[in-house]
Amino acid sequence: MMELFEMMLTAGLWASVIRIATPLIFATLGELICERAGVLNLGIEGIMTIGAMAGWIWVYQGGELWGGVVFVAIVGMLFGFLHSILVVYLGLSQHVSGIGITLLASSISYYAYTMLIPFSTTPPKIVPFSAFEVPVLSSIPIIGEAFFNQSALTYLAYILVIVTFYVLYKMPIGLTIRMAGENPVANEAQGINVLLIRTGAVMAGSALMAIGGAFLTMSAFDAFYFGMINGRGWICIALVIFASWRPGKAFLGAILFALFEALQIRAQLIGADVIPYQIFSMMPYFLSIVAMMLVARRAAYPKALLVPFRQGDRI
Amino acid sequence: MKKLQFSKICKNFGSVVANDNISLSLGEGEILSVLGENGAGKTTLMNILFGHYISDKGFIEVEGQRLTPGSTRASLDAGIGMVHQHFTLADNLTVLENIILGTEPLTRLWSQKKQAYKKLKALSKRFGLLINPDAKVADLTVGEKQRVEIIKALYRDASILILDEPTAVLTPQETTQLFKVLKEMVNAGLSIMFISHKLHEILEISDRIVVLRDGKLVGEVVTKDASKESLAEMMVGHTVTRPAYEKLKIGKAVVEFNNVCLNASEGSTALSNINLKIHEKEIIGLAGVAGNGQAGLASILQGLACPSSGEFKLFGESLVKYDPCFLTESGVARIPEDRTNEGIIGEMELWENFLGEQLRSKAKSGFIIDKKQAVSNAEKLIQEYDIRCEGPFASTRLLSGGNIQKLILARSLSNNPRFIIANKPARGLDEGAISFVQQQIIDAKTQGAGVLLISEDLDEIFELSDRIAVIFEGKLQGPFDSNTVNINQVGLMMSGEVKAESLHEA
Repeated sequence: MMELFEMMLTAGLWASVIRIATPLIFATLGELICERAGVLNLGIEGIMTIGAMAGWIWVYQGGELWGGVVFVAIVGMLFGFLHSILVVYLGLSQHVSGIGITLLASSISYYAYTMLIPFSTTPPKIVPFSAFEVPVLSSIPIIGEAFFNQSALTYLAYILVIVTFYVLYKMPIGLTIRMAGENPVANEAQGINVLLIRTGAVMAGSALMAIGGAFLTMSAFDAFYFGMINGRGWICIALVIFASWRPGKAFLGAILFALFEALQIRAQLIGADVIPYQIFSMMPYFLSIVAMMLVARRAAYPKALLVPFRQGDRI
Repeated sequence: MKKLQFSKICKNFGSVVANDNISLSLGEGEILSVLGENGAGKTTLMNILFGHYISDKGFIEVEGQRLTPGSTRASLDAGIGMVHQHFTLADNLTVLENIILGTEPLTRLWSQKKQAYKKLKALSKRFGLLINPDAKVADLTVGEKQRVEIIKALYRDASILILDEPTAVLTPQETTQLFKVLKEMVNAGLSIMFISHKLHEILEISDRIVVLRDGKLVGEVVTKDASKESLAEMMVGHTVTRPAYEKLKIGKAVVEFNNVCLNASEGSTALSNINLKIHEKEIIGLAGVAGNGQAGLASILQGLACPSSGEFKLFGESLVKYDPCFLTESGVARIPEDRTNEGIIGEMELWENFLGEQLRSKAKSGFIIDKKQAVSNAEKLIQEYDIRCEGPFASTRLLSGGNIQKLILARSLSNNPRFIIANKPARGLDEGAISFVQQQIIDAKTQGAGVLLISEDLDEIFELSDRIAVIFEGKLQGPFDSNTVNINQVGLMMSGEVKAESLHEA
């Protein structure tokens, strides 16, 4: 037990917490934006997968790292647009469409990867984003080393937390996004095109999800593996609820989950001979459920989440 | 010049003609009432004006300028503000957020809330529309929400205000308050269209009245030349006779509540210490603004909820088994509030819906439904209650609201119930159906049933009830003999005022 506490104070642990949290931050913010506009996006898992694949391919084919990020965002937007056509314009079931997108995007990723690299036992590698020390900030003990000696994408994630908050709460467009998720009819009555707002939000959110996936191949690791997203998308769906649809809380939630995850990896090493390691692997999920029960029970979810809006419907 | 001009508007929904060649105009600084029954086409016409629908034929001009059809934005820009019948507000957002939505360019980097604040304050002061800009809409009363809707229109500098059935959700006092505000706005130069089917309100507030019936414009009168009777006839197309009410000698108590309490649950208010006695051959009217505990009271009476404390005696015996089936079998008839969701199963055929409440007693040897008998029974009831349909095998959801209500009445009243709970039985029905429903309830009373009539419509309550009780925030006042209270007193009690006598009345 003492060992665990000592570990909590090491910069190494926190550095890996941030590394684990970064893709979750991106994708949770993305899902949050979609849901704030009233659209559940279960395509998240697949969009993260194809983001991971697309970013890797871009760089593997000789593209720039940042160019890859833009490419990944565009790919994410395309899948977001597909989801929008189905659920925003056609008003189909958001669950079914989302799962369909996840299956489609994952399959396309694997297919494209297999086509490009048909026979490989070890996946080919790229040169990912390297760590960048932020001057001054990185010299703060423990925190500085953990938070400010990371890859550029992680800093982008920090910035996006603030930007998302700012857009949603301070800008008129954020108000219309939130209103689209609360009462789309009210939006229309004020002369705003709800379908356009929802589509925009879903596309922007999907772009973030894809970047979240790309972080894995372009920063955390340097290659693409099958099944590498490994349920991270579903975790983000839960994190949005944990966060009560607030960007700041989403950031904290991602960090908390990553902490559980980092601790369990280390706990496995310490206690493996006493307790089967599967127990430890379970812990982050178990603790997430507990945390959600404590925090999110009374969350005010967007009232029009999952409710399609049809123009000219009798109101 | 006319402020607003509708020219030959036509609109069909499938085979239903909602608006048929309607032309009408609104003058500067005028209050024009649009009167008509449900389904007469009032709301459709207003939705065309506001760009929710596109008319099939015809056009609208605002101050001589053609209005772009089908664009809410164009209507807003032309200075039209609309207070919808069902509020278009987001509960989780603040009043200010609801009001400024869409008034700023979306690309603006920072919402200018301070200026909005100032403008809002000025408006609410000028028109006497008090509201806290930072309050969450969910925490507001219905009257306050309506105020927000009105301010929303004023905030956009609307010069034409459309109010769609604005008083449906208000207490009489709130209505008076609203009328004061409307007069104020007309003095400030606004033109107002007021849509309603309540005759006395229309006579009180408007300068001119147009009447719609079955999608057609059937009459236009200056208010000072109009009377309630003439308007009613124009609206319905023939003279309406409301059922005659008669006080009878009451019998034994059928329902008795002694200090009944119910904890609050999702969507319903808690009840505290309800004492109420309903006798045979009497109708008790329960007045109250929706959401003050009526739902809880109704669910106890239907056996859907069990009181947390206190005693509920049904037909003289303390009820121990809270089971809707048991209650209906022992002689409770229910006319549910939400007739399409709670009252019927739309996808099923008429004869199946008739069986709904008496499955056990109407099934052969307890297992197999005796279809032949059920169908012939359905045929009989369809005739008796004049349900307009294709027959017992018609799909129930295809019936109109009035005919669905007749089906529910036929099902519950044909068993000679001893107690009837009628939850807003006339809501959303047209005049003809209303008088039918009310006549049925009165007949049931004459035959010996006790009735609890829950309604927000005070006219209805006063027309039918022998005694009137008022519910506010889960507490009951009364019942008072209906001759001893007037509509104003009941209205005050609906908004929380305590009547002194209620403390020592039974």
